[in-house]
Amino acid sequence: MSPVPGSALALARSVRTGERSAVAVLEEHLAAIEAREAEVHAFNLVLAEEARRAAEELDRRVAAGEDPGPLAGVPVALKDNLCTRGVPTTCSSRILDGWRPPYDATVVSRLRAAGAVVVGKTNLDEFAMGSSTEHSAFGPTRNPHDPTRVPGGSSGGSAAAVAAGFAPLALGSDTGGSIRQPAALCGVVGVKPTYGLVSRYGLVAFASSLDQIGPFATTVADAAAALEAIAGHDPADTTSIPEPVPALSAVLDAGVDGLRVGLVVELCGEGVAADVAARVRAAADALSAAGAAVEEVSVPATRYGLSAYYLIAPAEASSNLARYDGVRYGLRVDGPTTGEMMTATRTAGFGPEVKRRIMLGTYALSAGYYDAYYGRALKVRTLIMREFEAAYERFDLLLSPTSPTTAFPLGARTEDPLAMYLSDVCTIPSNLAGHPAISVPFGVGADGLPVGVQVLAPALGEATMFRAAAVLEEAAP
Amino acid sequence: MADAITREQVAHVARLARLALTDDELDRFTDQLAAVLDHARDLEALALDDVPPTAHPYPLVNVLRDDVVVPGLDRTEVLAAAPAVEAGRFRVPPILGEEP
Repeated sequence: MSPVPGSALALARSVRTGERSAVAVLEEHLAAIEAREAEVHAFNLVLAEEARRAAEELDRRVAAGEDPGPLAGVPVALKDNLCTRGVPTTCSSRILDGWRPPYDATVVSRLRAAGAVVVGKTNLDEFAMGSSTEHSAFGPTRNPHDPTRVPGGSSGGSAAAVAAGFAPLALGSDTGGSIRQPAALCGVVGVKPTYGLVSRYGLVAFASSLDQIGPFATTVADAAAALEAIAGHDPADTTSIPEPVPALSAVLDAGVDGLRVGLVVELCGEGVAADVAARVRAAADALSAAGAAVEEVSVPATRYGLSAYYLIAPAEASSNLARYDGVRYGLRVDGPTTGEMMTATRTAGFGPEVKRRIMLGTYALSAGYYDAYYGRALKVRTLIMREFEAAYERFDLLLSPTSPTTAFPLGARTEDPLAMYLSDVCTIPSNLAGHPAISVPFGVGADGLPVGVQVLAPALGEATMFRAAAVLEEAAP
Repeated sequence: MADAITREQVAHVARLARLALTDDELDRFTDQLAAVLDHARDLEALALDDVPPTAHPYPLVNVLRDDVVVPGLDRTEVLAAAPAVEAGRFRVPPILGEEP
C-alpha cells in the first residue's frame, strides 16, 4: 500500500530518500502551528528550537547515507503526561509547576529512535481526568472542526494537534477512552492498545491497571506504524507483556473477508445519538460488503462498565496521586508542619475534577465502604471480561460507536460530572478488560461534525483490528 | 450498598486525602459524589457472591530480572526538581508535634 500524500509515512519516505529535508517538513508544521495554535490551544509547550536541532541532525544522518528509521523526520506531539527529560511535564496541573523529569518515557525514546521529531507537549484534562480537555489548569483546547466545541478528552490536545495539521502523529494515554473519544470527536484515528503492549514507564500514572499509551494519526497505516514503533517489552515496566509485537503494517491490506464481527447492542442503544448510531450501522454494512459476517451480539455486563470504572479508576487515582505531597517535585505551599504543608500544597495544586476523583476514590477504598464499592466494582470487572471472552468465541471483532455523541459545546458538561462521565460509556469496557480498540472516522453527524466508529478486539488482537480499521477507512464517506 | 454520602463523610474523606475544602466545596462535592455513587447503585442488581474480583487485566506474576547492577537516576538531577533540599536530601518542615 503506498502512503497517503501528507501522511506520516509519506513524509518519512520523502525524508529517508532525501527528496525532502526533515527541516523543511518541520518548518511546514511549525508554520501550521503558528497560524492556528492561538485559536486551538493544542499545546502546553511548543519545542520549536529543540525540534529544529533534531531535524538538522536527521538531515546530517541522511546526507551521510544513514537511514534514521521508519518515522524519519515525522513531527510528533506528545501528551503532556509523558515524561521528557529536562523538558517541563505538567499533566496540565499546577501541582507539577516547574517540574522537569529526570528521564524520558520509554515511548519517547522509541519514537526518537525511529526518527520522529518531538514538536511539543499537548494539553489534557488535568492528570488525564476528563472527557473534554476543559479540566486543564491552562485553559481548554478547542475542536479544530468547530472552535465552539470541545475536542474530547482527556488527550484533546493531541487529537486537536493531529486534526489541525500541527503534527501528523501524536501520542496520548487512554484510561477510559481518552485516546479514542477525542479521536472520534476530532475526526482522526486513535488507538488504545492491549494493556501491556506499550510500556507505561514515564507515563504519569492515573489508574495503573487501566492506563495505556497509544497513537493518534490521520491514517490507519500511520497509526499502525506508530504503534509498531512504540510497542514491545520493556523491563522498566513490570506490566509490559514479554511477547513479540504483532506485525500490523504488513497486514493492513488483508481485508475482512470471512471475519465474524459482532455489533454490540448494549453500546448502540440508549444514550447513543441517532445520527451516531446510523453511522455505526453504515460501518457494519461496509464490513459486510467487504466480506465480513456481521451480526448483533449482546454483552450485557458492558452496561455496568461505567459504574465499575468510576469506582475503580478514582480508587487507583487516589492512591497514585498521594505522591504529590510537596516533598520531591513540583509545587510546595509552605506550612508550619509537614502535614500542613502537604494539605496546603494539594489544596492549591489540584483542580476541582482531580479533587473530586481523589475524594471518590478515597471514599470507595475507606473502611466500611471498600466491599460495597471498590470490591463490588472489581467483581463486575470479572463479569465484563467473562462476557467478552464468550463473545470472542463467536466473533473475531466487535463494533460500536466510539462516543455516544459528536463534539459537544464548551461548558456543556463541566458542571455535571455524571453527564461528562457518560461520554466514556462505549470506550470504558475495553480498558476494564485490558483489550485493544481503535476509533476510525466514519463520516459526520447531523451537525456536520466527525463521527468515529470503534472496533474492539481481544487481548493482542491488534492485527485483526487494524485489518478492519483499514477497510472502514477505505469505505468511509 | 451504603446510604447516600453525607457532608460529614465528605469532610472526613477530604481529611484522609489531605485536602482542605471550603464550605461551598463541601456542599458541591457532597451533591456531585452522591450523584456518581447513586449511578453506581445499578451494580446492586448483579449477583456477585460467587464472582472473584479482578484487580488487573493481564495475569503476570513474579516479574523478575537478572540481579545485575544498572545505573539509577542521577541524584543531582532528581534533587534539583525538589522544592527544598539540604545536604543531599529532601528538606521538609517539622514532622513532630502534629496531629496523627
